[in-house]
Amino acid sequence: MKKYDAIIIGAGHNGLTNGAYLAKAGLNVLVVEKNAYIGGAAVSREIQKGWTYSSCSYMSSMLRQTIHRDLNLTKHGLVLVPFHGLVNYGNNGEALLDYSNEGVAYNHLRKHSPHDADSMFRFQADLTRYAQLIRKTLMRTPPDPTSFKPRDIKELLWMAKQFWSLGEKELYEYMRFFTTSAEEFLDDYFENDLIKATMATPGIIGTALGVYSPGSAYILLHHVMGDMDGNVGAWGLARGGMGAISNAIAGAFKEHGGEIRTNAGVDKILVENGKAVGVVLENGDELYANVVVSNLDAKRTFTKCMDKKDLPPGIYEKAKNFKIRGSSGKVNIALSGLPKFINLPDNRFVNRGSQSFVGSIDTMERAYDCWKHGRFSDDPFIETVIPSAWDPTVAPPGKHWMSCFVQYCPPVLSDGGWTPEKRDAFGKTVIDKIERYSPGFKDLIVHMEIRTPVEIENEVGLTEGNIFQGELTIDQLFFNRPFPGYAQYRMPIKNMYMCGASTHPGGGVSAACGANAAREILIDLKKPNTVPEDSVYDE
Amino acid sequence: MKSNSDMTEAYIDEQLKVTHFHPRSSKFNVRDAWGLWNGFKFADYYYDVDFEYFCVRNSCGTYDICPMQKYYITGADAEAMLNRMVTRDISKLKIGRVTYLCWCTDDGRMIDDGTVFKLGPDSYMLTSGSPCIAWFKKGAFGFADVKITDMSDKIAALAFQGPTTCEVLKKMGLDGIETLNPFNFRHFSLNGDSDKKLMVSRTGFTGDLGYELWIAPEFALELWDALYQAGEDYLIHPYGEFATGMLRLEAGFILPGLEFNEALKTVRFQHDQTPFELNLGWLVDFKKPHFNGRTALLKEKEHGPEFTLVKLDIEGNKCAEESYLYNNKKLDKHIGYITSTIWSPVVKANIALAMVQTKYLKGDIWAEIYYTKEMRPHLKVAKCTLRDKPFWAPARTRAKPPLPI
Repeated sequence: MKKYDAIIIGAGHNGLTNGAYLAKAGLNVLVVEKNAYIGGAAVSREIQKGWTYSSCSYMSSMLRQTIHRDLNLTKHGLVLVPFHGLVNYGNNGEALLDYSNEGVAYNHLRKHSPHDADSMFRFQADLTRYAQLIRKTLMRTPPDPTSFKPRDIKELLWMAKQFWSLGEKELYEYMRFFTTSAEEFLDDYFENDLIKATMATPGIIGTALGVYSPGSAYILLHHVMGDMDGNVGAWGLARGGMGAISNAIAGAFKEHGGEIRTNAGVDKILVENGKAVGVVLENGDELYANVVVSNLDAKRTFTKCMDKKDLPPGIYEKAKNFKIRGSSGKVNIALSGLPKFINLPDNRFVNRGSQSFVGSIDTMERAYDCWKHGRFSDDPFIETVIPSAWDPTVAPPGKHWMSCFVQYCPPVLSDGGWTPEKRDAFGKTVIDKIERYSPGFKDLIVHMEIRTPVEIENEVGLTEGNIFQGELTIDQLFFNRPFPGYAQYRMPIKNMYMCGASTHPGGGVSAACGANAAREILIDLKKPNTVPEDSVYDE
Repeated sequence: MKSNSDMTEAYIDEQLKVTHFHPRSSKFNVRDAWGLWNGFKFADYYYDVDFEYFCVRNSCGTYDICPMQKYYITGADAEAMLNRMVTRDISKLKIGRVTYLCWCTDDGRMIDDGTVFKLGPDSYMLTSGSPCIAWFKKGAFGFADVKITDMSDKIAALAFQGPTTCEVLKKMGLDGIETLNPFNFRHFSLNGDSDKKLMVSRTGFTGDLGYELWIAPEFALELWDALYQAGEDYLIHPYGEFATGMLRLEAGFILPGLEFNEALKTVRFQHDQTPFELNLGWLVDFKKPHFNGRTALLKEKEHGPEFTLVKLDIEGNKCAEESYLYNNKKLDKHIGYITSTIWSPVVKANIALAMVQTKYLKGDIWAEIYYTKEMRPHLKVAKCTLRDKPFWAPARTRAKPPLPI
């Protein structure tokens, strides 16, 4: 029977990236995928004929430019297009507009608050400083703080140097930043509630925290540390939907000789004598490899795909208690025309970008209250994007589709499990809210795909539908991700690795987790490193 | 002495001219970012350079080429005269075809490049970035039947570039536009009115699928409106000089003042270039009858050009603005210089055009890059890799018919 050098479980973008770098080093690599299609949560799907949804993730900013360039993803069909114009609605329909032209943006902010327009400069400078530090770590393996290995000590010293370069005062601020809430962090800069609420939204997206919860400030940073061509914090669309990213990486993977098998869900990771030796597929097929890499989240990997008796003591419990709470839903809507929103100037820099229904700081916190009580929010925070207004390939001419990211939506409801009726009620809450800001919106709807955490878990495999493969709180970040002692992509079983967003640097379509894991695997196999150093050091 | 309020009136003739599309395009110019081209007020950008750049790479955009020089060259001797002036053989050019070419001094130094359209048996249209009527009139001396007419102000022209352009033109009612092949042009009727003749060529300066639209000035605004109505669903937007600078560099196209110094405007000895130096040897045809610069170019071909224009992919993401190039990382020997450079948002690479001494092309090339971080200067020495092909050359550019979006 054929034995592979490496089998990777899950053809999401990190699994494919991992595969691409292993294959580039000359290894014989197989990626197995449970679905009939690849992409995981970076996927484009034509569910309604003529429309291409980015079913899960819908924007790109985190994807490491270094990897894009190194794997020549443009050659494999990937074009990332920045989009412009973000509209944030308050409860009374007041619109805060974000223009990409600095001068225009400043003038608009002044209309809401001259104080905040001024303060925005300091806010951006501070956030950039924090982001720069984190950005430098994205494509580095976290050091083990308890280890005496030269590599770990060297890496710890490197980190210490980065921290000390901030200066003493900023170091304290930075420590505070990691543990504070988005709301408290923003309080130091802004007086206008809508501006504050708007800037707070990245702090809750994808997480089961509220704007007042400690730790949400860091998540805010996690969403703005990406970039589009050096514009840190800018977001873009993948032409052809987010699947274009996975497909391009798959193209690079295949170019280097990699093999992908779809409709091949993994039932168990095979362990013999304390070593991972292969996988058993759901159809019973056994496949063998020198190395097994899981791109699934930590909880799913250890509690569903492994025999408890194969695990060292305590690991099962660690995985079971891994914080991976579902908090968001997604509604994809095919539209017969471009929706018109209230209180907007008729110019294309703002009337076709992204609309966020923010309300106020309190609206967002009340939405979180619903989640705590096991209900989906009755007045949810929604971030919408109309990719078709930018990308001519994802809807018929003149027609559009809207991606709605909805928060909060619990994986388990207090009044029993999810049913199709409850799912539809959740969808109705979303379109009712949008209709308030876009009269006539409902008449444009051609098709809707409503995804609660249940659908996301069942289709994509993310436990509880958590988009980050595990909360991005400090207890689960950096050398604590996924578990303390196992942050270097090597798992407690020999020859077994993880390469998904449950590992450093966490959630988002960054491809960094997959690349970092590949570097560690190649070190263990004594193969030349194919993973490039991040060009972010030029900053 | 006039009062201040009358000053505009007093200098009215000295102000920059505006193009035929100005009443529409100026509405988009929210930053008043105007530059200058051949005496015309010309947009550097309208709103945001990246936005406009991506309109062309992702959907479609328009670029006002009214200030470009356009000459009709007609008469029985038109072909012979042109063939004498340019380095390419245009005697084989068929009616309905366009060709890219250049013209040189007798010393083989390049004056300018441009395109020639064969409109009829003895009728050509020549376009160029800078005025060249004086030079061509000199060249016409001795040819009995040739007439050069400056049409620059009498033709309104708009470049229309990007992957959705064919779809938009189809929607605008240009039946059969999909059968128009690269470097061909054809006449259509604007809004179905045969009196409103619209010439469309499948040409451009972006390396992407695209067209150039040519029409009488009185119909310019009607053309703009029809195009923008049809393009509404395709994010149509004007793009300016800065976006063009990025697009053409990705396509590997050259610009005067950057890659070459126009020979007739060059003060210092050989501070201008030859077609061979500019990697345009394919434009020089020694098999045709004598032409300007032939002897000098033939000699250069034998010896090889001293410099060669090359495409470079530079490591890192710091642009090598005005950088010197060296043969090694220690910067021992100065071997060339960067002519233009950008970070390419679509390719995700740090790209440049550069002039390198030909004899050093086989070795390593390193760029000495100076840049600043919050005003403090930094130096980086970056490795450069030669690229043969344009950085951006999607299949749709040459596809016959254009591929579906």
